[in-house]
Amino acid sequence: MTDNNDKRPSPEALLKLAQAEGEQAGQGKLKMFLGYAAGVGKTYAMLESAHLRRREGRDIVAGYVESHGRSETDALLEGLEVVPRQEISYQGVLLTEMHLDGILARKPQIVLVDELAHSNAPGVRHEKRWQDVEELLAAGIDVYTTVNIQHFESLNDVVTQITGVVVRETVPDRLLDIAFEIVLVDIPPEDLLQRLSEGKVYIPSQAARAIEKFFRPGNLMALRELSLRRTAARVDDQMRAYMETQSIAGPWPTMERLLVCVSGSPYSEKLIRATCRLAEELKAQWYTVYVETPGSSSHVRENREHVWRDLRLAESLGSQAATVTATSVTDGTLAYAVRHNVTKIVMGKPNKPRWRELLHPPVVDQIIRRSGPIDVVVVSFEPDGTSAAGAKRKQRLPFEFRGYAASVLLVVVATLTCQLLQPFLDPINMVMVYLLAVILGSVKLGLKPAILTAFLGTLAFDFFFVPPHFTFAVANPQYLITFAALFSVGVVISTLVSQARERAEVIRARELQTASLYYLSRALAAAADIGAVLKAVIKHVGEALNARLVLFLPEGERLDIMAASKGMSVDLKEQAVADWAFRNRHPAGRGTDTLVSASLIHLPLQTASNVLGVMGVSLESDSDYRSTESRRLLDAFATQAAMAMERVQFSRQAEQAQILQARENLERALLNSISHDLRSPLASVTGVLSSLRDEGAHLSEPARRELLDTACGEADRLNRFVGNLLDMTRIEAGALRLRREACDVQDLVGCALAVLEARLGDREVSFRMPPIMPLVPMDMVLMTQVLVNILENSIKYSPPGSPLEIVAVADKGWLELRLSDHGRGVPEQDLKRVFDKFYRIPVPEGAGGTGLGLSICKGLVEAHGGRIKAGNRTDGGLTIVIRLPLDVEEEKKI
Amino acid sequence: MTSEHTADNLARILVIDDELAIRRFLHTVLSNEEFVLHEAEGGHAGLAAAAAFRPDVILLDLGLPDLDGVEVIRRIREWSQVPIIVLSVREREDDKIAALDAGADDYLTKPFGVGELLARMRAALRRSLRQSPEPVFTSGDLVMDLTLRRVTVKGEDIQLTPTEYDLLRLFVNHAGKVLTHSQILKQIWGVAYQEQPHVLRVNISNLRRKIEANPSRPRHIITEPGVGYRLSPER
Repeated sequence: MTDNNDKRPSPEALLKLAQAEGEQAGQGKLKMFLGYAAGVGKTYAMLESAHLRRREGRDIVAGYVESHGRSETDALLEGLEVVPRQEISYQGVLLTEMHLDGILARKPQIVLVDELAHSNAPGVRHEKRWQDVEELLAAGIDVYTTVNIQHFESLNDVVTQITGVVVRETVPDRLLDIAFEIVLVDIPPEDLLQRLSEGKVYIPSQAARAIEKFFRPGNLMALRELSLRRTAARVDDQMRAYMETQSIAGPWPTMERLLVCVSGSPYSEKLIRATCRLAEELKAQWYTVYVETPGSSSHVRENREHVWRDLRLAESLGSQAATVTATSVTDGTLAYAVRHNVTKIVMGKPNKPRWRELLHPPVVDQIIRRSGPIDVVVVSFEPDGTSAAGAKRKQRLPFEFRGYAASVLLVVVATLTCQLLQPFLDPINMVMVYLLAVILGSVKLGLKPAILTAFLGTLAFDFFFVPPHFTFAVANPQYLITFAALFSVGVVISTLVSQARERAEVIRARELQTASLYYLSRALAAAADIGAVLKAVIKHVGEALNARLVLFLPEGERLDIMAASKGMSVDLKEQAVADWAFRNRHPAGRGTDTLVSASLIHLPLQTASNVLGVMGVSLESDSDYRSTESRRLLDAFATQAAMAMERVQFSRQAEQAQILQARENLERALLNSISHDLRSPLASVTGVLSSLRDEGAHLSEPARRELLDTACGEADRLNRFVGNLLDMTRIEAGALRLRREACDVQDLVGCALAVLEARLGDREVSFRMPPIMPLVPMDMVLMTQVLVNILENSIKYSPPGSPLEIVAVADKGWLELRLSDHGRGVPEQDLKRVFDKFYRIPVPEGAGGTGLGLSICKGLVEAHGGRIKAGNRTDGGLTIVIRLPLDVEEEKKI
Repeated sequence: MTSEHTADNLARILVIDDELAIRRFLHTVLSNEEFVLHEAEGGHAGLAAAAAFRPDVILLDLGLPDLDGVEVIRRIREWSQVPIIVLSVREREDDKIAALDAGADDYLTKPFGVGELLARMRAALRRSLRQSPEPVFTSGDLVMDLTLRRVTVKGEDIQLTPTEYDLLRLFVNHAGKVLTHSQILKQIWGVAYQEQPHVLRVNISNLRRKIEANPSRPRHIITEPGVGYRLSPER
């Protein structure tokens, strides 16, 4: 990123503003009534504001307003429409919560929602009320809400520090950022204490003691300052944003970038919050990274959950979060820092005992030493007994009995070997035997057994082979060095081996994931339609994650199950969850923050422009739903699937557009042809009829006869043309229905000749056929039409009176019909085009006709599964060859 | 439009067609010394007219707006054997077959010429007037004597198999009228053979070879593609 010192607003700033404005459009506006403690009068202020709005004529309802029995608040509720709450029965107790769907259905302009930080009862759609509010805003409804300063994420631990009371219900800071208006409701602490003593402040009875601790003057003052300061910071932000877009010169942000590293330890959370505050003060971008090392994969799954939670927290506070793999935490952190041009790395103060620090230099020190030009900021914490993530993470390795037994065995074997070789070996070489045993143990058995091997080996060597024998005393102190060496060799080798093995594991796991993604994308690239896409997704995702899937696609207004793994079925509840995920374009279900009681996790299949469906996944084990890796992989799969579906959609649309285009072209050609070829015969008929009507009296009998003959002939021609058009249309529209029957070829020829009786005149038509000829399955009517068209063609393009020949043979399962004339034939290069629509043989006299006849023949013959071909005779004339299969199972419909 | 006067020797024709132009044309052509014409515009009107007017032959258009043509045929056949000639359009073979099977005697494909219409009508009238079949049938060079069981072409005896004879006799009894494949099969071979047209084809082919001058351009047994066969009438 470039340093911008000039006066123009940076593109990034303008883009941010545009995005913000874009997001605002269609979104509801959030007005926050902020206070520093319970009882300052936030709800009261909100209600007053609501009445003002109502008098202005706005449509405002109360979604959830808690008066806690305070009479003044109750009084203010009068006159406001209240949306009834929903009742939830939980563990025998009847609870009421805000009815989100009721408000969405009511669709007011403004809704009042008290206590933004409230946690909803189980069974409600969202875990937290602020999520409900976000959904309301997304639906275009404005929201007025109340919240205390201590509920915001980034300030949570500061407040705990100030008051000593832990606040567990938190609200993400981004709500503070998207709020359109913040009204700070403030009263001096003395007044608040006065109100407390007068009983005007609501205190839940369970929290009485805690509240006492909370409501001390010092606390209140500190909290008040905090809330004032935070509001001021926001005003400052807005001012800066304004200045940026107006390109007013000012103290520009320092372009600092912070990096904080999380390890899943309980302090990570505090570290993240501290970095967030620091980043705000410095107006800096900040990153959060978790470094996965070979050693860390041996941690129990719980640790993964903590890491995942920490990363999510960081993201919600505005950081960019990432997971990287590296050989050590230091390497990973520094690599990331360098890659992203980080200026300051934030670390926590180490608090391990000193002696451990000697053995494993703490990461902080390593980073400080190797950070080069990057600053390192060390943050200290007070150990906090009530930390939320205070559960001690115990690494419980399974007790490997067999490993220890093997090490004992090794030592025994080594001892026996040395015993055997004692006459021939110096003690110094016996050490080598034990060394071999230790090395073997390290390579094969793992760290702890290897250490045991080294230890036992040393003891055995000392006991059996070091003078004085059979005691543990050591005559020559140099043997101590030997012992130490033996021991350290064992430890070093086994550590190396186990690290190498773990690294290999990690790489293998990663490689499997990459491979599964690769196979999926390859399968998707080959998928030709939605069905294939869905099948590929189910197969590959199922294999990669050992999961079962359900795929929902929109059908009209609702989602329908389009594909599922074997044996997968979902009930209406899951469908409702999938529906929510689809409409809100947000993951929902197990392992997310929304509708967590579902049994599957539902991920929307979305691309930048579109939501195409929902993928519901059932994973093997519970923790998989929250693990970063699985989620990352699922997201990647979902994106791939969505893109493939979009591609299939697009290609189908393109195909249809093409078909439409081709059809339009044909229609145009047809219209052109029709317009001419329909009108010509009609013109003749009209001419004749009008002559007879108007001039009939003056005409001689022969003249009248001639006119009438002409008219009849033209009417016939018109009839034939209309027939051709109908045939063509039917073939094109695919509405051709074949009525196949076993037919006699001779019969067929007879019918065709009968139709053309008049036009054949005195031409000689010869028909040859072998005496034994099988019956041919065909549609008699259509094939008659084919022969008629061909013969008509021959009549038109050959000299009158010239003979026509028809020959039929049965040839290897095909009927072959050859129809020949003695006309001019067709130029070689045009032979193939003879069967094209509207192709007319270029003949100067213009024999007329539509050019459709032969293409109709082609359509009809091919509908029978046959072939048609044209060729020139050696002695002049055209031959058309039709081949029809003699063996057809059943009636075919085109 | 009703007829001007009725006389005993004039044949009575009922035309059931919804198109005015066709009715006018038929009226012009058929109103002469031979025929008396009555018209109906639709199916229901046609049924009423058939009962009231008691025609000798009915010309029925299949494409009626209010009632299916085949249905009209069926209802008339419930109480009368009057010859019915249907007027249909090209490529509606299924309709033609249905009409014939329901009891129609013959069909004409639009557009048709007057000559064809008159020939069919006269043949239909002749058949209905005939009380018993003629013993001898003559058409061109074909002569069939039903009492003597003798078939000759150009005076020469022709040997026919029993099936071929029965087939020819069926045609002669319905000379000039089209018979559908299933009608022929049912009559000659029985109900079981109704869906086996190849049996019929082979026999027709053999028969043609025996009685036609040029089997590839038959003059006697005419194929009605997709519908059935017709023996050309006496001449």
